Amino acid sequence: MTRDTRRRLTSGLLFVSPWVIGALVFSLYPIGMAVYYSFTDYDVLRKPVWVGSMNYREMVVDGVFWRALWNTMVYSLFAVPMSLGLSLVVAVLLNRPILGRSVFRTCYYIPAIVPLVAVGMIWIWLFNGDLGLINHALTLVGIEGPQWTGDPAWTKPMLIMSSVWQIGGSMVLFLAGLQDVPRSLYESADIDGAGPFNQFWHITVPVVSPVLYFNLIMGIIAGVQEFVKPFVMMPDGGPDRSALFYAVYIYQNAFQYSNMGYACAMAVVLFLIILGLTWAANRLVSRHVYYAGE
Amino acid sequence: MTQDAKIILYRFTLVKWYFIICKVFQAVDLHPEFKTQESIMRLILTHILFLSCFMTGCSGSDPEYTPDGRIIVTYWEKWAGFEGDAIQSVIDDFNVSQDRIFVQRLTVSQIEHKLLLATAGGNPPDLAGLWDRNVATLAEKGALTPLNRRLEQGGIQKQDYLPSLWSLCEHRGFMWALPTTPATTALHWNKAMFREAGLDPEIPPVTLAELDEMAERLTYVEVIRGGEPVQLYYPELTEQEKAAKDFRLLRVGFNPNEPGWWNEQWGAWFGAELWDGGDVVTATHPANIEAMSWFGSYTEKYGIVNYQRFGDSTGEFASPQNPFLDGRVAMVMQGVWMYNFIDQYAPALDWGAAPFPAKGDLIGQNISLISSDVVVIPRGAKNIDEAFEFMKYLASRPAIEKLCLGHRKFSPLAAYSDSFIEDHPNPAIGVFIELASSPHAEPIPKLSIWSEYRDELALAANRVYTGLAEPEEALSDAGRRIQRKFDRECQRWALTGEQRMKEWAEQ
Repeated sequence: MTRDTRRRLTSGLLFVSPWVIGALVFSLYPIGMAVYYSFTDYDVLRKPVWVGSMNYREMVVDGVFWRALWNTMVYSLFAVPMSLGLSLVVAVLLNRPILGRSVFRTCYYIPAIVPLVAVGMIWIWLFNGDLGLINHALTLVGIEGPQWTGDPAWTKPMLIMSSVWQIGGSMVLFLAGLQDVPRSLYESADIDGAGPFNQFWHITVPVVSPVLYFNLIMGIIAGVQEFVKPFVMMPDGGPDRSALFYAVYIYQNAFQYSNMGYACAMAVVLFLIILGLTWAANRLVSRHVYYAGE
Repeated sequence: MTQDAKIILYRFTLVKWYFIICKVFQAVDLHPEFKTQESIMRLILTHILFLSCFMTGCSGSDPEYTPDGRIIVTYWEKWAGFEGDAIQSVIDDFNVSQDRIFVQRLTVSQIEHKLLLATAGGNPPDLAGLWDRNVATLAEKGALTPLNRRLEQGGIQKQDYLPSLWSLCEHRGFMWALPTTPATTALHWNKAMFREAGLDPEIPPVTLAELDEMAERLTYVEVIRGGEPVQLYYPELTEQEKAAKDFRLLRVGFNPNEPGWWNEQWGAWFGAELWDGGDVVTATHPANIEAMSWFGSYTEKYGIVNYQRFGDSTGEFASPQNPFLDGRVAMVMQGVWMYNFIDQYAPALDWGAAPFPAKGDLIGQNISLISSDVVVIPRGAKNIDEAFEFMKYLASRPAIEKLCLGHRKFSPLAAYSDSFIEDHPNPAIGVFIELASSPHAEPIPKLSIWSEYRDELALAANRVYTGLAEPEEALSDAGRRIQRKFDRECQRWALTGEQRMKEWAEQ
């Protein structure tokens, strides 16, 4: 290395140093410490005591841990595909040249930028068993609505339904993806006599598949980490812990019960779960993703 | 190493790094490609960055002073509104009387969490207003300063206080806090609703059997008979209608789940213990199972869906739509603070307060749940002596009575000034004082894992209430879970307890 290149390297490194240091101090260090604390009995105030794999073994026999994991998985299993499908359909519809298109686009996007705490409060009222608008609407068609927040069987469906409302973020990404679909493909398909469904399935979906793939991965990550809405709507996990989500249980352990060591172990497991799910999604889906540049 | 030495070393290190970085930049700047303007910008930025780090080193270490040279004592308090005004007026009195100390109050929401983090981070306030439920947990974790020596020097003695309230602040033989504004719970009843149902409005229930019976007579329902809605009192329903529970609750006589704040502690009225005082949590104490069965008997009788519908139609606790305040619940267990809400939202309510009914040998024993706001000095506070000076002032009769009158609660002190009860706006204050003086004023168990235990018991109560589990099953599930956590806590104490006790004795 010449004197000149070394100088250039030094100055380059100095320029990127704020970001490198930031990543090390604010991301890598806390992650490292969380892994360390997961092997300790730690309550924030007292010194951590090394306990080996005790927190992890505790998780295996902790019924609430499994309940929280189950709730989260059920939620993600329904909420992620439903949001994904619906946002794609809405994006396709809003991509058509209809009157007042931008108004509709704005309307569908607005829920995505409403603060989640406010969203949670609104849904609590909408799902009120006696005075809620949803049950009122159901009575109009002759159905007696359930006690959404009081019945363990209905708390998760309620949260899934409320999540589908916020599809604005992925919808915008789909809209952007749809702009890339070459018109010529549709024209050729038209000439060949393909109907709207076939065009959608054989042209639109393959071309927006990278966006679909991205949204799926992000959806899985966000779904498994879901925190704010269940926490606002049912801070203690709802009746019989039927809406206790994994991230909420981490919060309870970390900040309500001062079991920071256990919370860190749960966070590490959550990381591994997300890693596993992402890997699985990658294996299953990536073969079907079409990149125009390739 | 002392705190000061650490700070000097910290600043020295910062200055050293500051010069090293400046040197590096200088070297880089020699390179012909760099323009002067850029390098000046960079230097300015570096200076700002490091100076701000340097300033951070300054904060949180030295005492701060007012312009007239008084030490500022920071005091975090959870209360806002009129309760906040009451504590502020006591603080103002103190500040006026002082030429050395100035107490600065900061209203802090979620004070437990913030204090925990501030203490762990080594920068807590000098004083903090918490709840008695925090004392054992925080003391055990070494987050508080033991007060025994200072209390002795300040002449503050156990006999000055109501015994039940003094003991709320003790844990493992040390005093960690002083009670400020205490509270006990009592049955509140709506006299107008009693009158309407044909009951003597001046005679509240004394036994649990009477409570259950009166609750029935006060419960007003709507039922469909021959296609027409009919409104009537619960005892007027036919046996089939009662069994079918196919009615709508319009008014509720009593519901142990209203407002649902003490569902884990109903055992107190049945003679239950939740902890044996040693290594065992006793969630399945026979009296606790009995209490839980009583709790569940209400939904068995009136129907969970009916209660849920009724609950859906009620508003926030602190609102005119509170079902006791708007005359839709006839009897409720509430604390001494309930008067404040009655005064604010339903001043016309005709109400009374009496000891909550009990059963068997416990009838007439004045059982209540006792709790208190407390003031503590967190570990690592900068101005401990000055903070204690304010605590001492707060413990004096004029100051504490002013505060408690402002909160409209009773005083934690054993003796009252003549005018205190006369001046007190709450007409039932005597009942709450009597309850606090009773040997059956029940505090929460002094367990460092209480918040977790409490949540488990509350969940068990909810499972029983909603018919998802039998009382014994629900309580043994809760007990098993908590015992496992408690064992771990006990093991930890066995390893570290002796050392802790020694440290505390020295402080």
